[in-house]
Amino acid sequence: MTTLESIAQRFQRIAPAGLRWSLRVVDTRTEQLAVRDDVVQPLNLEEDRGAMVTVFERGGSGYAASADLSDAGLTRALERARAWAQASGGRSVADFDQAPLAATRGEYASPLQTAWDAIPLTEKFDTLRAACAGLNVSEKIVDRHAWLWHTQRDALYVTSAGAHNRQHFEFVVPMLSATANAGAQTQTRTLGGMTHCGQGGWEIVASSGFTTAAQTVADEALQLLAAPDCPSGTMDLLAAPDQMVLQIHESIGHPLELDRILGDERNYAGTSFVTPDMFGRYQYGSALLNVTYDPTRPEQIASFAFDDEGLPATREYLIRDGILQRGLGGGTSQWRSGLPGVATARATNWNRPPMDRMSNLNVEPGASSLTDMIASVERGVLMRTNRSWSIDDSRNKFQFGCEFGQLIENGRLTQVVKNPNYRGISATFWRSLKAVGAADTFEVLGTPHCGKGEPNQVIDVGHAAPPCLFAAVDVFGGA
Amino acid sequence: MQDYFFALADAFALFTRGDEVSLANFAAEDSDFVRLNKSAVRQAGSVEQRALSIDLIHGGKHCGGTLTLSGDLDADREHLRAAIARYRERLALVPADPHLLYATEVQSTQQSGANRLPADRATAINALIDAGRGADLVGIYAAGGIYRGFANSLGQRNWYASHTFNADWSFYLAGDKAVKTGYAGFEWNAADFARKVDTARAELAALSRPPRTISPGRYRAYLAPAALSEILGMLTWGGFGLKSQRTKHTPLLRMLEQGAALSERVTLSENTREGVAANFQTAGYVKPDGVTLIERGRLADCLVSPRSAKEYGVATNGAADSEAPESLDLAAGDLALNDVLKRLDTGVYVNNLWYLNYSDRAAGRITGMTRFATFWVERGEIVAPLNVMRFDDTVYTLLGNALEALTDERDFILDAGTYGARSTGSVRAPGALLSALTFTL
Repeated sequence: MTTLESIAQRFQRIAPAGLRWSLRVVDTRTEQLAVRDDVVQPLNLEEDRGAMVTVFERGGSGYAASADLSDAGLTRALERARAWAQASGGRSVADFDQAPLAATRGEYASPLQTAWDAIPLTEKFDTLRAACAGLNVSEKIVDRHAWLWHTQRDALYVTSAGAHNRQHFEFVVPMLSATANAGAQTQTRTLGGMTHCGQGGWEIVASSGFTTAAQTVADEALQLLAAPDCPSGTMDLLAAPDQMVLQIHESIGHPLELDRILGDERNYAGTSFVTPDMFGRYQYGSALLNVTYDPTRPEQIASFAFDDEGLPATREYLIRDGILQRGLGGGTSQWRSGLPGVATARATNWNRPPMDRMSNLNVEPGASSLTDMIASVERGVLMRTNRSWSIDDSRNKFQFGCEFGQLIENGRLTQVVKNPNYRGISATFWRSLKAVGAADTFEVLGTPHCGKGEPNQVIDVGHAAPPCLFAAVDVFGGA
Repeated sequence: MQDYFFALADAFALFTRGDEVSLANFAAEDSDFVRLNKSAVRQAGSVEQRALSIDLIHGGKHCGGTLTLSGDLDADREHLRAAIARYRERLALVPADPHLLYATEVQSTQQSGANRLPADRATAINALIDAGRGADLVGIYAAGGIYRGFANSLGQRNWYASHTFNADWSFYLAGDKAVKTGYAGFEWNAADFARKVDTARAELAALSRPPRTISPGRYRAYLAPAALSEILGMLTWGGFGLKSQRTKHTPLLRMLEQGAALSERVTLSENTREGVAANFQTAGYVKPDGVTLIERGRLADCLVSPRSAKEYGVATNGAADSEAPESLDLAAGDLALNDVLKRLDTGVYVNNLWYLNYSDRAAGRITGMTRFATFWVERGEIVAPLNVMRFDDTVYTLLGNALEALTDERDFILDAGTYGARSTGSVRAPGALLSALTFTL
């Protein structure tokens, strides 16, 4: 088997001296296992390897991606990347001869307690079957799913400036889903959406609740089926961590991406209500809001040592005591914009170029207990697990919906309600944050599905948070 | 590329032993991607990718996977041989699949269009940069060959190749005020492109007027084809597949369970014959030319994948595993385009919608945002651009009792999507005049 190192060494021999270039080689193996309604679904294995060559020349930049990693294939990719760089020189958004090129060197590996491959396939199927069977609590449950995804990824990034970053990742995504139906009413409850994704091995299957939560998931689907719609009105919202994932993602993460602020995304994912002059002074949220870019939590899905432009990843505050500090932009965007950023230029695979992503973007714990937060609410609703998300192209006017709602009345959790939704405006919503859960309520979560970019890319991002309480939110239910 | 895949398929068949059956699906593309911002190049590059998905079947069991291929036939044959050996070992560990169904009647097909893309890949990029002079153009140009193939050890061979371009760009005036335009096809025509640019620049001029903000409420509205296609796109999330109907996930559940109906003006079909996607699917079934999904407002047929066919005991109609339409077609109406503003009278003219999702899926209730060029119209005249608004309504309103008319002309919208690979999906849609659209924020 050709190693990533040998590919890089051959490329280094091929590339002409004096040329500014980077090479990113990515090798990915994926196993997807699923059981639906007690039937084992087709086993899916993926083996993928390829490389992207990027060249900076004559003021332009160009890339070429190929899975042909022979000398001839690498040579052809280099020639095509050079041709694109030369063709775009003088009419690019910046003079890429001046763009930063990393010279960092280092390694990273995901934490691993129990190697995925150490578990026999038959044991994995047994685990899935047991979870799926556990969802079978009523004849009103009409669809049951249990699935597990495992991905191993090796990535090597080298540059003509001397960078050499080797990183090994192991990701697991566990998921349970139960759908209950009665006539024209259907309700689906899951194990936190896919938010329990993380870095590690088989141990995530247990730590995520996958092996123990099935009956609760199915029972809650039945509760929702019998529940009234969420009431409409202005009331407090207590967002559980698996809804905070989405709230952080859409109304803090995307607006702070520097490539959106630079305008790159305006034709597709959109622009941002955040403007360059806001950094260092803008009150994004109440003083209780502290948001970090944190690549140092090893179990979180988007931890790494270097981004895909070779920038070393360090923990930084993006919002501190409610004030906006810095954006989500890698080295290229920081250079283009002159704004402070973090190491977060990432590509979904070898066949897509890096751009600004979120990586791990977390709301730091506060001081409130969950009990105290509930007790403080006269009229409100607790919402768990995002199921619907929609926001305008400036990332301001949003509407989010959850799988599970529960009213809070006079300081107590009361009735379960279905179809809980709420609307707001990012620029003011976070200022209504009135309590943040303490460290013992903090959950490290994420999502494997964040989409943006042209060409399009979907990537994993981490969002850890405690439950958070917001005042005077526009809440409503179903049709 | 076809010779390469068929040679690989021949090897693949040779690697299949005894009464094993093997299925192979090939997906490849050679793509140029040029990303633009502020009328300048942001990222430019090429991607060559080839993937082969294999399913090895024996005794009711099957196991498979997807391999990325290098394009070197000898090397890829060896890669394939080793992968099949691994799948064979795993077959012993997997249970029989009661829902396994694949085509056993050999039906080979060929869809292969000539490559009429510009010989000089700079042609379109130069045109886009030129079009952006003095303006703020942002978007992407994607072009190149897209290839799909199916082969099985029974001797079936299916091949699809198309060479397309898709220029998808916006002219920005300021802030979020912009006009979005697409120009896609098989052969770049400078005059057609220029007309698109001129039309967009004219709309941009209309955006320069002071914008208006309206209060939440119900307004008359016109949804241009691109906007309406977003709503149709939401319905493809489980609206037309047998599995989503049987598992009650469908957003058209009220039509299924309560006899609810859309307007009689709505006839929707999966129009494979006039689409640009391959006409075969991964288990080897060839798709019919068309499947009527909604006829005059009532549920008609649905898309049935081989797995669903086996599970629910009905015939497959060659649908993809997702059972989502790839070539959706909404029949035209009788509203002349020239009469749209007059018939709208006073209300909202929506060119594009954005970021749709369900407020209440079972009830078919959808929310989303206006985006790009949306205008306030009074007495048949555009008077001001509108600041973005959120709508929230059920499909039974949007395509039901509020649907006054559909235009007699339709747009053929090629999906500009490039997640993992360039899309071959398309939507053919008219514009829709609505007596009311509910805005909430």
